[in-house]
Amino acid sequence: MADLRTPLHAWHVAHKARMVAFGGWDMPVQYVGIIEEHKAVRGGAGLFDIGHMARLSFTGPDALAFLESVFTNSVASMKVGQVRYGLILNDRGGILDDILVYRFRDHFEAVVNAGNREKILDWLKQHLGELDCNIVDHTFETVMIAIQGPQSVAMVDGLFADDVSKLKYYFATQTTWSGHAVTVSRTGYTGEDGFEIVIPNALGVPMWETLIAKGAVPCGLGSRDTLRLEAAMPLYGHELSEQIDPIQAKLEWAVKMDKGDFLGRAALLNRLPALPDRVGLLLEGKRAAREGSMLFAEGSAVGIVTSGSYVPHLQQSIAMGYLPKNFSPVGTELLVDLRGTKVPATVVWLPFYTRSKN
Amino acid sequence: MTNPTDLKYAQSHEWVKLAGDIATIGVTKFAVEQLTEPTFLELAKLGKSVKVADEIGVIESVKSTSSIYSPIPGDVIEVNKAALENLALVNDDPFGAGWLLKLKVNPDVSLDHLLDATQYDAQIAGH
Repeated sequence: MADLRTPLHAWHVAHKARMVAFGGWDMPVQYVGIIEEHKAVRGGAGLFDIGHMARLSFTGPDALAFLESVFTNSVASMKVGQVRYGLILNDRGGILDDILVYRFRDHFEAVVNAGNREKILDWLKQHLGELDCNIVDHTFETVMIAIQGPQSVAMVDGLFADDVSKLKYYFATQTTWSGHAVTVSRTGYTGEDGFEIVIPNALGVPMWETLIAKGAVPCGLGSRDTLRLEAAMPLYGHELSEQIDPIQAKLEWAVKMDKGDFLGRAALLNRLPALPDRVGLLLEGKRAAREGSMLFAEGSAVGIVTSGSYVPHLQQSIAMGYLPKNFSPVGTELLVDLRGTKVPATVVWLPFYTRSKN
Repeated sequence: MTNPTDLKYAQSHEWVKLAGDIATIGVTKFAVEQLTEPTFLELAKLGKSVKVADEIGVIESVKSTSSIYSPIPGDVIEVNKAALENLALVNDDPFGAGWLLKLKVNPDVSLDHLLDATQYDAQIAGH
């Protein structure tokens, strides 16, 4: 399965990363430790190889119309350079993937989850119809590196031909590094300020080592997971699936029902109102809930945990899961079954963690 | 590998050191490294009688939850309170200050079903 490797793979192995299979790729889960790497991102800057994420481009006269027809968020209202989060839905309104769309002057790009790359490529090509839009997968030509944390902006300052420190959150620019074309966006998946850099394969290691020399700490997918959990960002395959719709997942803000028709819209208009909702849970004590842990109320199982951990920054045991509406209000008290032990938990507001903005 | 030769090992990565009728039990360095830094530890109550492979504790890290199983039969007579209060002991010194429990055992208890250090080294080789 995990036979795909990013251009940084040899670096990870040489630096004693523990490698795991993720979405078909062999990726680092940690170098020194998840807790230390997590804290580096909250307090300084961490560096992530996210080359496994799929990178697609959309060119041609109908690129905008096509993306508008398959993406839940509004594309036409995006400014040049803007990045927008949204979903690709199936006919039943279920989530096929959550993606980022980038608008550039003459084309669009998208970043898609690694494990969904082939499924989404097939889906997009199937629904292209008569539209004149060319979809190209660039995943294997480039590497994608994320630098995340409050010190990120200082570390990328002066690095590129353009001043990326002026980029607004969720904006991107095509610039150069040592004369080579790179795309830099002010985006991330950690709940911190930061940048994501797409760069040709051959420049992956030099860019990575340049950022380490500036003080960024190499981080694996382990801390990426605990960071996104604290920030309550959903992860495909956990909080999101083809059986979950965006309203259940509390992602209604990324679905623009008024923009016109798009795939899945009709199903959302006709959906049952009483489906379970994504919730945040705070557990008593330090034991962690895990994916699949059952949630009990009034003596019966009423819901299920989709992600959970004892998280390093908040130093609490937190989880996300799905609960029916009568148990989803904030303040509802439940029990989580942790391998036979029932631990009290309370429904709390999401996100668990919000960075302080200057 | 650095598995002490004076200990016996279970395939489930616990170690045991027998001295008379007292057996000290912990988890191996390999187990701690696989688990990554412990965030939670729970140990069996004093007085609990256990058989081989009964659960005598739970250890968790950010990423995973693992049961700790008794390598031998006995009665729990002591738990390592220092380790419960400071999980770094288990992380940093699993064969020493990070021991977990002591069992009172039958002095004739057999350790034949357990691995010696060489056999345990072989089990974990290649990871």
